Amino acid sequence: MAQTFEEISAADFFYRNRDIAGFTNPARAIFSSMRELIENALDASDLFNVSPDIYIRLSQENETELGEVAVYTLRVEDNGSGIPPRHIPSAFGQVLFGSKYKLKQARGTFGLGGTMAVLYGQITTHKPVYVTSSTGTSKIYRYKLMIDIQRNRPLILDRKIQINKEKWHGTTVEFCLEGDYFRAMPKILEYLKQTALVTPYANITFTDPKGRLYKFTRATTKMPTPPKETLPHPYGVDVEIIQRLTRITPYRNMLDFMKMHFHRVGENTANRFLEFAGISERKNPKKLKPHEIVKLVRMMKRFNGFLPPDAGCLSPLGEELLKAGILKELRPEFVAVFQRKPSTYSGHPFIVETAIAYGGNVPKKDDIPLYRFANRIPLLYDEASDVSVRVIRSINWRRYRVSSETPIIILVHVCSTKVPYKTVGKEFIADRPEVKREILNGIREVARQLQRFLTKQEHVEKERRRLSVFSKYLPKIARFSMELAGKEKPPNIKKLLRTVRKLEKEKD
Amino acid sequence: MRKRKIESSVAEKRKTALTSLENFGTKLYDQMEEGLFPWIKMPSRSIENIFYSQEVRQYILGDKAVRRSSRNIRHIRPLTQLVWAARFAHELAQSRKTSTLRDVYYSAQAYDMSFKNQPESNNIITDLETVAGLSREDFNVFPEERSAIFGDLTIGYTVPGYEGRQLNLASHPDGMMIGPALTSAEFLKTSAKMVIAIEKGGLFTRFIEEQVYRKFNALLVLTAGQSPRATRHFIRRLNGELGLPVHIFTDGDPWGMHIAMVIISGSANAAHLRELTTPDATWSGMWATDIVNYKLPSDPLTSIDIKRLHELQRDPRYRGKLWQREVKKFLKIRKKSEQEAFSRYGLTYIVDKYLPAKLKEAAS
Ligand SMILES: Nc1ncnc2c1ncn2[C@@H]1O[C@H](COP(=O)(O)OP(=O)(O)O)[C@@H](O)[C@H]1O
Ligand SMILES: [Mg+2]
Repeated sequence: MAQTFEEISAADFFYRNRDIAGFTNPARAIFSSMRELIENALDASDLFNVSPDIYIRLSQENETELGEVAVYTLRVEDNGSGIPPRHIPSAFGQVLFGSKYKLKQARGTFGLGGTMAVLYGQITTHKPVYVTSSTGTSKIYRYKLMIDIQRNRPLILDRKIQINKEKWHGTTVEFCLEGDYFRAMPKILEYLKQTALVTPYANITFTDPKGRLYKFTRATTKMPTPPKETLPHPYGVDVEIIQRLTRITPYRNMLDFMKMHFHRVGENTANRFLEFAGISERKNPKKLKPHEIVKLVRMMKRFNGFLPPDAGCLSPLGEELLKAGILKELRPEFVAVFQRKPSTYSGHPFIVETAIAYGGNVPKKDDIPLYRFANRIPLLYDEASDVSVRVIRSINWRRYRVSSETPIIILVHVCSTKVPYKTVGKEFIADRPEVKREILNGIREVARQLQRFLTKQEHVEKERRRLSVFSKYLPKIARFSMELAGKEKPPNIKKLLRTVRKLEKEKD
Repeated sequence: MRKRKIESSVAEKRKTALTSLENFGTKLYDQMEEGLFPWIKMPSRSIENIFYSQEVRQYILGDKAVRRSSRNIRHIRPLTQLVWAARFAHELAQSRKTSTLRDVYYSAQAYDMSFKNQPESNNIITDLETVAGLSREDFNVFPEERSAIFGDLTIGYTVPGYEGRQLNLASHPDGMMIGPALTSAEFLKTSAKMVIAIEKGGLFTRFIEEQVYRKFNALLVLTAGQSPRATRHFIRRLNGELGLPVHIFTDGDPWGMHIAMVIISGSANAAHLRELTTPDATWSGMWATDIVNYKLPSDPLTSIDIKRLHELQRDPRYRGKLWQREVKKFLKIRKKSEQEAFSRYGLTYIVDKYLPAKLKEAAS
């Protein structure tokens, strides 16, 4: 029999392999759709530097029971940057089309998530997506789209333009999809809560299919410093990247090529590197032969004179905001937060932030609960495989006065231009030694802060008990011995009680 | 019946108790007035500080002392309990009311001073005895158990409401309970020539029925097992104030033997107290030797009996010849016998034959 060969598009590929993007089953699909649209909305408001107001509505055509698959309408509205009208169709109708390929921290990465959600909706309901958006110009654009899966192209079914009197900016996305909300509900609510925690400057409102309203109100309007776009670091590039660069570069010699296309490479470093690599400064990069490109990449990895990447392309939450988020969503008695200094793995800069919340509304649990975040999104699945879990297990908690009776929650936030996810699904972080060490040191730091707090608290409690014992018994001794001695008035013990209080102060 | 008026120690004792408690209170009061955290020092009652004194012929406390200071968080509660107990005892002694250890335990609750349990409150009372150098009966705290006395002894009550009234202790055939009223009574007159202390109620009644008190001119005391302290003190007074010799009859086993010993030489638990022992009293039976000589019905010794005998053999109070001999004999014959065993020779044999023989033996 003759074999038939055919080519499939990227959309087709993801259509066939939707599992890897987190659309495994109806419950997971509804969870993933919501989170992808929410993350796009948050990215858009970060980009526009505006405190996000996000409104999410999930509604249902017909009533269903728990565990039943139904058709839902998902609508997510934001007040972010909006999308330039000519890009709207591709942004939602074309897989692997996006604005976040640049080297700076963002929630989305592949130009995949939001579009996958739309694609999933289309293949389960065969209905279009409606996107309304404005970048704050005088017009609002409304598109009705479908995806041509075989060709990975948007099909524009309708387009309307409205006058934008209020200078509204933002995006509204609405489409239908099949899913199982009731099974996904616990994870969705947890996701919203943790998102609100790690985005304490956002207002997030969610109405669920039963009409229940969940409202997460911002605790601050302060936003983290936005990330700066950066060039690739020589340690982090591969042959493909160099090849592309040589194709587009306007520079005519290797010295300028190195200086202009790479992160933290100046005249000096470029000189020393080219000498080390045995490549002439004057060589035209466009004339590099394939084996020279391979050699260049190999030498880049070997040269230890490059400066470490700068973390300006990262946008960690910061200790103050992390603390505000924890206080608002977890209401603990005590919170310790810590931001590690920037570090790198394989040429990618990253920053680890850690926190411990203790007491108050934090419940006692047998296993220490862990909230994981990467680039300010919560990671809820596959916790057991995450590097942080291993780190927590390796710590001797008794040293920090933490037992199974201690109500604590640990939070780990990793941000990077390239979060070392193990899978496309953005669910857990791989075991990179550099990252692991930073997480370990970060957790240790907040654990030490907790230990100091617990020690002090125990001490205060002990002194309080001590004082109460003295003030209970001394007056009794005074009274009984007065009666025994046949005296008229009790002995003066005020001074003694004062001494007890003084002893206590000395110890503080 | 001979009449003789006996000098009493009762009223004096009460005064001593009151003064001692008042002094205790004054000491703490003064300390506080001086701006000090009140504290006390008292002999330690730990095992290492209990010694047997050949001189006093009882257990005594050594020189080791413990200090309790209200400055110490662990001491302040027991110290407060102790002061409370002193005040409670003072009130009892002053109003001449009596109380029991159980009462003490409950009374504390009214002062927001609850004891954790009965042993804790008992322990505080023992502390009070140690501090005051008096036994709890002196400040009117009595144990629950009661023993009895029968015989020709006329006493004069000192308890409120009965002052001046007299009673002859042969007036009731069941005997008279040795309770607070009797313990605090004065001895007025007696025709008795000896005291016979008996372990068991059955034999006590038999002796009354058989008129032993008359035949032998004896006061009969029922110890009802291990005798309470009040009874031990009472026996001492009969011996000391009336000059009567004391004979003790118990079951023929290590436990009976020890009942006699505690009356004679006291117990380690009461090492902080004096005047509870009667060193001149004698253990007149039943000995191991009696079991053999009188061919009494017997039971084999249990392993617990034997273990106890080995302990007694090493006990400093058992150094005397008679004691060592009898312990050895028990271990040899591996038998024990109860006082009732004499019934095999008829109901009166013990009174007619055994008792005279034993008393004669003691006299020689
Ligand atoms: N709510 C939004 N506001 C602004 N731009 C958006 C919004 N949603 C999607 N986009 C644009 O669409 C592109 C594709 O989105 P998506 O498929 O989710 O991929 P990714 O977020 O990984 O880039 C984004 O890169 C962004 O430019
Ligand atoms: Mg996205």
